[in-house]
Amino acid sequence: MNPLAICLLVSALLFAVGLAGALTRRSAILVLAGIELMLNAANLNFIAFWRFGPHPEALTGIVFVIFAIAVAAAEAAVGLALILAIYRHARTSDVSEITEMKG
Amino acid sequence: MTQNAAPAAWILRYLWLIPALPILAAGLCALLPKTQRRLSATLSIGSMTVSLILAVRALVHAIAQPAVQVVTFPWMQFGSQWIALGWLLDPLAAVMLVMVTFVGLLIFIYSLGYMAHDDNFTRFFCFLSLFAGAMLGVVIANSLLLLFMCWEVVGLTSYLLIGFWFHRPAAASAAKKAFIVTRVGDLGLLLGMVWLYAQAGTLLFYNHGAGCLEQSAVAAMGAHLTTAGMAVSTAIGLLIFSGAVGKSGQVPLHVWLPDAMEGPTPVSALIHAATMVAAGVYLMARVYPLLDHATLAVIAWVGAITAVFAACIAVAQNDIKRILAYSTVSQLGYMMLGLGVGGVAVGIFHLITHAFFKSLLFLGAGSVIHGCTEEQDIRNMGGLRRFMPITFVTYAAAMLALCGFPLFAGFWSKDAILEHAHAWSPSLGPYYLGAIGALLTAFYMTRQVFYVFFGPQRVPEATAEPVESPRPPERCVIVHPHESPSVMTIPLSILAVFAVFLGFVGTPAWPWFQSFLSATPPGFNMHAFMEPGLIALMIDSSLLVFAGLIFGWWFYGRKPIVRATDPDALERRIPPVFHALADRLYVDEIYGFTVIALTRFLSAFSAWLDRRIFGGVVNLISWLITGLGWFDSGIDRFVVNGGFDLGCRELGAGGRLIASLQNGRVQNYLRVIAGALVVLAALLLWGHRG
Repeated sequence: MNPLAICLLVSALLFAVGLAGALTRRSAILVLAGIELMLNAANLNFIAFWRFGPHPEALTGIVFVIFAIAVAAAEAAVGLALILAIYRHARTSDVSEITEMKG
Repeated sequence: MTQNAAPAAWILRYLWLIPALPILAAGLCALLPKTQRRLSATLSIGSMTVSLILAVRALVHAIAQPAVQVVTFPWMQFGSQWIALGWLLDPLAAVMLVMVTFVGLLIFIYSLGYMAHDDNFTRFFCFLSLFAGAMLGVVIANSLLLLFMCWEVVGLTSYLLIGFWFHRPAAASAAKKAFIVTRVGDLGLLLGMVWLYAQAGTLLFYNHGAGCLEQSAVAAMGAHLTTAGMAVSTAIGLLIFSGAVGKSGQVPLHVWLPDAMEGPTPVSALIHAATMVAAGVYLMARVYPLLDHATLAVIAWVGAITAVFAACIAVAQNDIKRILAYSTVSQLGYMMLGLGVGGVAVGIFHLITHAFFKSLLFLGAGSVIHGCTEEQDIRNMGGLRRFMPITFVTYAAAMLALCGFPLFAGFWSKDAILEHAHAWSPSLGPYYLGAIGALLTAFYMTRQVFYVFFGPQRVPEATAEPVESPRPPERCVIVHPHESPSVMTIPLSILAVFAVFLGFVGTPAWPWFQSFLSATPPGFNMHAFMEPGLIALMIDSSLLVFAGLIFGWWFYGRKPIVRATDPDALERRIPPVFHALADRLYVDEIYGFTVIALTRFLSAFSAWLDRRIFGGVVNLISWLITGLGWFDSGIDRFVVNGGFDLGCRELGAGGRLIASLQNGRVQNYLRVIAGALVVLAALLLWGHRG
């Protein structure tokens, strides 16, 4: 088994764990954490494909990931702020109870 | 007849005031409330007085200037042609104006007493004034069109006044009868008028040489022939005469006049004896230049037949006013006869004298009726000369004048007619008819006077028909006959003076009236009596009158009539003839079986046609439309509405289905996305399998 396959396997596992967390958790914060896990799985894939790809000398992969982490940080901040606002409004952070947007 | 070129005199310029004042008074009376009795009578009588003064002034003017004088004014434009109307003043119009205003005024005053207890006093004076104005309009009209308009207003007021007591069915139907029968004649007049306009291009009588009665137009019309070979002027003359037949109650359109007696008695005197019925005679006198020998012969024959026919019927009537009505028809026949055989002056002279003595007779009859509390049947009167001396004396004077008793007014005028009829070249038939009529007139008037004023008083028996009275019932009790108030007897006395002496303006020795109408200087010539045959003729007609009076006395005066139920003296001797006459020679029945039956059949047929055929078509179409409407509404309800509703329901259901996907649970959305991701990955892997 080559190193790339191992990395992808880990990344896939990480994604699966994140997806499961995002789908099953009721707390909005944990859903957000699951999403972060899936994002990091994607980052891991970027790193792996860059490190074991045809042009490891160009720093494309790592730049991409640094941007992604920065955006994810901003996103997490916005997400937490939204959750806080929703909590203040609905007095709960249970996503299954927040159904204001239903059609 | 020449035209007057000098500036018109003021009386000519203001001649229109004579008819306008009574019409104005009528308009004001129409606006007055019922309680303003005194004001309405004052207005009417005042306007008539002013009109009388103006009419006398017009007569004085016409005596000074006997030529025809006209005032015309444009009235209305049809295309490029102006219709002109106007009024005229000539001796004929002036004499008629004075007669109508004078008799009218006396009758107005008399009505004050006669109608004193009537609730609709103001309405009565309104109609009476309107009538007088319209009649005066007929007299001064210088256009056949204007004359026709006034003529129709006269007909309308006649209708209104005959039906004045419209709550009585007899009065209402008599009013309708009068209106419809005169319409028949008026149709002819209208046709004649249209034809005259087509031929002459104008309806003005006199218009400085261009009028339809003047030389050029009459000559042109006499020269034209209709398709039947008759001169156009003859045809037009006969059509106009048909209007006069209707209005003046000539045979065969006389049936309305006796029924018109349902109106109040002053109305009978004013309209149906003195003035309106004379309008037909006046019309013929007015269009006299248009009439040729053939037309005049027809007029003379119709007049003569009417004179005898109506006099026969009058012999057997029992209603005091109905006898006078038939007498009026008979005398109108004499006027037409005089017009036909002797010209304008002869006919109009009798018209004028007749107006005075016949209105006097009617007013006397009204006084009798008033005094006997609405009794009209002469069999229920009797002996009234003791109770009503003034009425009796004036009535007797009028009766003698009507009979043509020597030196009374009717003697001179009737004698002039008989004299001209005797000299009429085409035939002596009208003369003999007229002579028989004179005999009958004397006979039936004697009969009436004996029934009413002589013999014992015959109180109606309990079984007698109840008299329909327009008055409240408490006034219907039988009281002793009494003389009428002086407001009624004074007009009677004034009229009586004229009934006796008026004839002297037209005697053969001093024919002032005749020469005035024909615009020649009158002369006093006692030798006129010496003309061959004249004295003999006068003696003949006097003998006829005496014969009639003696017959009347023999039958009715010799033995006093004791009981109201006694059969008539004539009835005892010749019952079938008497009954035929009493039933008015069945003229009404003949009309009932012919004209009215035909009209009824036609109207029933039209009604059937209307209901079955035209109504059927209409109903068919309506059913068709209704069916189509049902069909359309079915389509609308079940196809269009149903389809639309179904679509809406399906759309709503689809919407709910899709809306249920968006349930607001974020994790559901994520699951869907994850599932889609899995499917996508599976598809990608599947695609890269090989």
